Amino acid sequence: MEIVALQVLNSLFYAAVLFLIAAGLSLIFGVMGIVNMAHGSFYALGAYITAWSVAAAAGAFAPAALFIFLPLGAIAVALIGLAIEPTLIRPFYRRPEEYQLLVTFGLLLVLDDVIRLVWGGTPLTASRLVDSFGLVQVGGLPYPVYNLLMIGVGIAAAAALWAFVYRTKFGVLLRATAQDRRMAAALGIDVGRIYVLAFGLGCFMAGLAGAIVVPSQAAVLGMGVEVLVIAFVVVVIGGLGSLEGALVGALIVSALRTITIQFWEEFELAALYLIAAIVLLIRPTGLFGRKA
Amino acid sequence: MNRRRAALAAFVLIVLALVPAFAGTYQTQLLTYGLTLAIAALGFNLLLGYTGLLSFGHSAYFGAGAYAVALMMRYWGIASMELFILGGIVFSAALAALFGVVCVRHTRIFFAILTLALSQVLWTLAYKFFWITGGTDGLRVPFSKLTLLGGLVDFPGADAFARFISFYYYYVLVVFCVCVALMWLIVHSPFGKTLQAIRDNETRARFLGVRIWRYRWLAFLVSGIFTGLAGILWVPLNGLTTPDILYWPQSGKIVFFAVLGGFRNFSGPIVGAVIFNYLEVYAIAATEYWQLMLGAILIILVTFLPAGIVGSAARLGERFKRKERASA
Repeated sequence: MEIVALQVLNSLFYAAVLFLIAAGLSLIFGVMGIVNMAHGSFYALGAYITAWSVAAAAGAFAPAALFIFLPLGAIAVALIGLAIEPTLIRPFYRRPEEYQLLVTFGLLLVLDDVIRLVWGGTPLTASRLVDSFGLVQVGGLPYPVYNLLMIGVGIAAAAALWAFVYRTKFGVLLRATAQDRRMAAALGIDVGRIYVLAFGLGCFMAGLAGAIVVPSQAAVLGMGVEVLVIAFVVVVIGGLGSLEGALVGALIVSALRTITIQFWEEFELAALYLIAAIVLLIRPTGLFGRKA
Repeated sequence: MNRRRAALAAFVLIVLALVPAFAGTYQTQLLTYGLTLAIAALGFNLLLGYTGLLSFGHSAYFGAGAYAVALMMRYWGIASMELFILGGIVFSAALAALFGVVCVRHTRIFFAILTLALSQVLWTLAYKFFWITGGTDGLRVPFSKLTLLGGLVDFPGADAFARFISFYYYYVLVVFCVCVALMWLIVHSPFGKTLQAIRDNETRARFLGVRIWRYRWLAFLVSGIFTGLAGILWVPLNGLTTPDILYWPQSGKIVFFAVLGGFRNFSGPIVGAVIFNYLEVYAIAATEYWQLMLGAILIILVTFLPAGIVGSAARLGERFKRKERASA
């Protein structure tokens, strides 16, 4: 029975990470209509930047104080995103979707190799952060406090995002732009600014997901694409462009993944795609998707 | 087909036929790789260029062809290339038919995501079921065990490699020509024209009474078969099939062929595949950061040269002709 409790916690931790990534992906799609193939690479960048800065600052800070490098990693990724949108992505809004997919695919290839160029092929770890928070007994079995904290961060991020999109003026502008870009522009909304901020916010969340994950796992090459494909499954199940969908999708996918890993490891990913395919057959726009 | 185009095709064919006489074994081998990849690009472009569907999962069919050959050799002891082609086509057709049913219900982004996701399923299966597929070690398909033309030609002994390449080159060249001719017929047939009509305006095509879903599914099937055939021909050349060829970068490469050559063009993907093959071989030898270079090229291509090499060359040629006419 104890193992069930631990697996539920693991699944929630994974769901928090997946939600951050998928919500960013969905936000960018919802506002700009672009599926960002490089989204997983922003997540990987967040993981690498955080692990690298934690290792660099390890001597100067108390272990628990290294915690502040998590948001810093996310902010660094957001800044990169803010630089990329106007230069690379903006010329493609008026072009067919194939080209939008291709340019972000090119970005994926570049970013993945830049990571290899800067940090090399050896995995980076930041496990001292997990260690510094110690363990807690969950039903008689030890569990890292860090993971519990990060589940909290995931919930807080979901709440903050919801409040931001539905309860602030910027959120209103964002939703207006997402619904009808030309009408929003005609009403005097600076659409270009909304786009760049939405892209930056999406990148921030991907970077935050990477920053959260890296202390408990490690930053390795290829982590970006692996998570991108799973994030696709999440948004396909939840509905591309919907934040509620990203949340529900992340919970479903992480629960399913935990169950299959426990009982039927070979079919771990196959089961996920199967569920995604079934959802698409029954509800083509996903559980929470709007009609395109 | 107009006369100039036919003359150009005949010229290219003659040059291709003469290559082994002038080039060494290594260069011939490289070109053989290029031709097999060109078949995959040809199949892929029936979807992207003519049907308007961007598949990010064509590694599935390429890998299905390759794995079908390797599994037939390992478990049934088959050695005949013709049987491999037959069995491999049946396998990749079955797979494309199945995946197609799911994928063609969607277009645009969802189509791309679905094709990618399904190809990743195949990759994980090949990777996890190592007792059947050999896992990351893959399955070997040594050329020395292969027989061509119904058992008439074989290559016993490991030193027969040069003889294998010079013979296999022509084998692939013949299949390649058949594929090009077939695809030419397909895209210029009423079926191909209907696909292009669907691509350009789905709503109008629907009002004309076209069963869009069925046409897209057929295009998906044909595309999968061509790409599967490319995988079948590729595997004896490579001597080994690993899960890598089912993994997403392989799909990315196939997309790259079409974009590099130009996908609004019949010959674009063919040229793109052959050039890409050389680019890959020489760039990997020159730099460790080949993927970075590839990504940069892709971004530059889609930003500044969306018509690709062949499309841009054709446009340049037309402008040149117009100028000539103006000055005459």
